[in-house]
Amino acid sequence: MSEAGVDPALLEDSVEDLYENAPCGYLSTRLDGQIVKINATLLTWLGYRRDELVGRRYFSDLLTVGGKLYHETHFAPLLAMQGEIGGVALELKAADGARLPVLVNSAVRTNADGEPRLIRTTIVEARDRRAYERELLRARREAELEGERLKLLVTTLQRSLLPPALPAVPGLQAAAHYHFASLNEVGGDFYDLFALGAGRWGVFLGDVCGKGAEAAAVTSMIRYTLRAAAVYDPDPGAVLSTLNAALHEEYERDSGRFCTAVFGLLSRDGDSFILTLASGGHPAPLLIQAGAASYYPVRGGPFIGVFDDAVFTATTIVLAPGDTLLLYTDGLIDARTDEARERFGEEALAAFAAGLGDGGATLVVNAIIDLLDGFGDGLDDDVAVLALSAPPGRASRKARPAELDRRS
Amino acid sequence: MSGVTVDRRNNVTVTGRADGPVVMLAHGFGCDQNMWRLIVPGLARDFRVVLFDHVGAGHSDLSAWEPDRYATLDGYADDVLRICAELELPPVVFVGHSVSAMIGVLAAIRDPARFAKLILVGPSPRYVDDAGYLGGFSQADIDELLDSLESNYLGWSAAMAPVIMGNPERPELAGELENSFCRTDPAIARVFARTTFLSDNRSDLAKVTVPTLILQCARDAIAPVEVGEFVHAQIPGSSLVTLPATGHCPQLSAPDATLAAIASFAADSS
Repeated sequence: MSEAGVDPALLEDSVEDLYENAPCGYLSTRLDGQIVKINATLLTWLGYRRDELVGRRYFSDLLTVGGKLYHETHFAPLLAMQGEIGGVALELKAADGARLPVLVNSAVRTNADGEPRLIRTTIVEARDRRAYERELLRARREAELEGERLKLLVTTLQRSLLPPALPAVPGLQAAAHYHFASLNEVGGDFYDLFALGAGRWGVFLGDVCGKGAEAAAVTSMIRYTLRAAAVYDPDPGAVLSTLNAALHEEYERDSGRFCTAVFGLLSRDGDSFILTLASGGHPAPLLIQAGAASYYPVRGGPFIGVFDDAVFTATTIVLAPGDTLLLYTDGLIDARTDEARERFGEEALAAFAAGLGDGGATLVVNAIIDLLDGFGDGLDDDVAVLALSAPPGRASRKARPAELDRRS
Repeated sequence: MSGVTVDRRNNVTVTGRADGPVVMLAHGFGCDQNMWRLIVPGLARDFRVVLFDHVGAGHSDLSAWEPDRYATLDGYADDVLRICAELELPPVVFVGHSVSAMIGVLAAIRDPARFAKLILVGPSPRYVDDAGYLGGFSQADIDELLDSLESNYLGWSAAMAPVIMGNPERPELAGELENSFCRTDPAIARVFARTTFLSDNRSDLAKVTVPTLILQCARDAIAPVEVGEFVHAQIPGSSLVTLPATGHCPQLSAPDATLAAIASFAADSS
């Protein structure tokens, strides 16, 4: 300490020392990049003598090939256009071939007339920062990969819970659609249409409470229970009772999961179809008939799986030519519509369906797909729809039932 | 720059003398039509100047970008021909910088009637050295560049710009970056780099039938003098002018000489 209380070494009055030994690299080049001045710090980092670089080498000579290309295609043009460029990550090549990750800032120095004269560049060592950035990028790539893996798992699992395509039922038009609320989570809705032999078909659609892997396990169990029960029992009510018993056991044990579902047996009668349908706590199906749509009063049973002893009673529905029956899960009517954020609701669905005329199952399902698209983010639940219709315009062939029978 | 955007996809800008011959300026990898800003005013005096951004660059419609379509230079050449057709342009003097030189070559082979002349600025039909051919880069060099782009370590701030732009809660960052030109989506830049630096169009050069000028820089790290001479030798009847310029972008580093060379070749009626 001097008498004045200031150590002369702390005065920092040497501009040259400030330049040469600054904790960053300083580099000045002509506009074409030829090095005209460089500080001691940068020379030390690079391992060059001053006379090896000044007047002999260009800034881009200090860069890796990737850096050179980047310099020519991005850095130099931007610097020329903006007069400055900052925060650019590059790698410098030291005399011994080692690579030095740096951040570079450059500015064009003009003379009194505003004419560009030279380029000043400061270079900051960025090894740690680069390592951190790489870590960030690696973590992001990993997260993206995990996301992809999860999506693949979810879609594969989901696909295993739905029929890959509906089977062809002679004389019947059937169409289905499943809207996935999330690609990251297996939904809890399900449906199926399958042959039982002897001109009979089983059909079901339902909704397990909750979603995710646990709900998927329950859905899988429901699907196989219904398919198996239907083979041995001709009464849809009894089939749902069997499912109730199986699900209740799980429900009691630990799952706490129950479901709502409609289950039906379908058979052909000339150009019409007879469907006996039982419901467990599920929204009533919509019958679209002669340009009108109404909810068919199926006798409702309790939620499936909640009660020990549940009774389900079947209702018979006749699908005459031109009639379409729509089975759906509550995600459809619970969707919030765009304007008022209110539930879409049963009434709106009936009005919508009535407007579709007797276009048949495929048309109805396609229209619902468009409808769901229109809901946008107002739709946050899974939706399953399954439509069955007896195509119209076959009345003229009624006179030849024998031929029809032979064909089917 | 005054002008009307007539095509959203390629952010087409038309400026200059309405009844002048048409000069179409195509930017290369890494930038957008801003690349031409120093020479457009000079060209606009005598020519009708058509500028555009390649899909994926500048203010083009990013939703029009498809990885398959733009995995080869043909996709870009197709865009050039579509712009000519949609604007019902008379035969144009096409000025292609860097990779756009080869895009112009491909377009002019496909539909020569659309082109009055080709001006290739810093062209390279192949960047990677090959037996008997010097492209200036080894396969390892190009792999390093592509790897660099993959791992995103080049141009951190440039790569981060779109991300920062998407942060409405931090407007101070957007303001800071607003005056930077030539912003590119890093994912698109990766594909464009691959398309550009792995292309090999040497065999196409001999098929060019329109009058062609090759403009090259005396010192260009991307397209060395030997490459310019190769292009000149391969394109029948072409002329070669070497500009006293350093770097890969003479329109920025030597705008007056570049403008003079383009204008005189474009105007020459012989």
